[in-house]
Amino acid sequence: MKAGSPFKMEQGKETLSQLFHLEFSKMVAVISKLFGLEHIEMAEDIVSETFLLALKTWEIKGMPANPAAWLYSVAKNKTVDHFRRAKIFDRKIVRELTIQQEKEARIEDFEFSHQNIRDSQLQMLFAVCNPAIASEAQIGLALQILCGFSIDEIAEAFLSNKETVTKRLFRAKSKLRSENVKMEFPPENEIDSRLDNVLHVIYLLFSEGYYSKTQNQILRKDLCLDALRLGIILTEYDKTNQPKTNALLALMCFHSSRFSARETAPDSVTLYENQNKDLWDQDLIRRGLNFLHLSAWGDQVSSYHLEARIACWHCMKEDSMEKWENILYLYNQLLLVNYSPSVALNRTFALYKANGRQAAIEEAEKLNLTNNHFYFLLLGELYQNTDNDKAISYLKKAFALTRTQTEKEIIQRKIDSLK
Amino acid sequence: MKDFVLLFRQPITPETAAPEMEALAWLKKWDDWFGGIAAQGRLVNMGIRLADQGHVLKAGGVITDGPFVEIRERLNGFIVIRANNEEEAITLAHGCPILDIRGTVEIRPMALNNIRTNPILNESRFTF
Repeated sequence: MKAGSPFKMEQGKETLSQLFHLEFSKMVAVISKLFGLEHIEMAEDIVSETFLLALKTWEIKGMPANPAAWLYSVAKNKTVDHFRRAKIFDRKIVRELTIQQEKEARIEDFEFSHQNIRDSQLQMLFAVCNPAIASEAQIGLALQILCGFSIDEIAEAFLSNKETVTKRLFRAKSKLRSENVKMEFPPENEIDSRLDNVLHVIYLLFSEGYYSKTQNQILRKDLCLDALRLGIILTEYDKTNQPKTNALLALMCFHSSRFSARETAPDSVTLYENQNKDLWDQDLIRRGLNFLHLSAWGDQVSSYHLEARIACWHCMKEDSMEKWENILYLYNQLLLVNYSPSVALNRTFALYKANGRQAAIEEAEKLNLTNNHFYFLLLGELYQNTDNDKAISYLKKAFALTRTQTEKEIIQRKIDSLK
Repeated sequence: MKDFVLLFRQPITPETAAPEMEALAWLKKWDDWFGGIAAQGRLVNMGIRLADQGHVLKAGGVITDGPFVEIRERLNGFIVIRANNEEEAITLAHGCPILDIRGTVEIRPMALNNIRTNPILNESRFTF
């Protein structure tokens, strides 16, 4: 799968695992909507059985012309069967005959239509990002239910083990039940605050993919693409298609555009300044600009707006004073909305480019983030060529604090080049 | 940690009332200075900027256009910062652009810590 094709994924030329990965979340959402979120595990079982049958059948007969339609039709039959069996234990339905009849009439009618899939996925997104669920569990649930990641993949993405992930997901699903979380669109007056949480989870999914600890490149790209896909679902509904939604999408497009330039070889990261800018995906940059344009109405400036505009400046190849003064301005604004050490460090780097080395050194030393290896990398950069001994001593501190092998190698090369 | 209010006062004399540089550069100076405090995680609240003009209501219902106080400085705005002690708060106040136009920064500890604080929750990890 190419990083630059998040929008082409729907076109049906995926490999089997990508097909399952994508269809899993759609079918689980639709079936969960039908049965109620409390039966989500049953929905997952139905979909898993459907995939198993697909594997067996397709092995003999070959893949059908429209594999998604095949999956939908099998899943639908299984769902209707399950419903007939399930109603035996669902006392409420048995007791209230009229409701049962109504529901039975509906169960025959349900379709995996484009509209139904989209509606169900959007409602699932709001259900998973319910504030009643702990934030860490939201990410895990989102990965499993909305992105179709297996337990193994989630464990790998978070450098955790299967048991921990399984336990965490089990707890999260119990919580969905005990808090009686429903698959529904939030009421009008709550949409804004609920949307913030949804956007935040999508942002975290994307960050996890973009700056992940795992070495599995495909896994990481999939994560970013899933985050983009979920964001796009939000733009398809008036109430969630807000400026901040578009700002987040712009941000994700701009960052994704550098995927190929960033990962030129497995297990290594090419830093921004060394990237072959011809590898930047111009199509994604254009899409990002379009989303950025759509984000520019209303009077709300979210942190996504500011980050998207920073990322947009970084998509311009030419280094100019105007570029860095704008980036500095945006980082200053971002710090006022949301402080974080990495924003503070990036801001100081922009200050160096815009206001010069001396100003940046003075500001950098005030930050005093002595447990952050990026802090020492920044100081190393600032002293480079004027006081190489000092630069090297800072780089050595950065080296000692760095955990990943990839980064250690980059720092070592830098130290060697200054000697 | 304790919260301090930094009050910016600007002298009211014709030659220093307006900064002697272009408006954009003046704004950039303030932005960079606020950004520097925020980068240290010490900016609690952006406070407010005050427009130059306004009215003063005095006892007996007397309304005037100002001067706002019977001195030659006017209040320009304020921010709230966080520091370990007064000395550190004074250090943070250094470099304030108001000093460039011979204004002053007044550093006042807050008597009641009831101001809404900046959220510190951004997980942004994108680095360039």
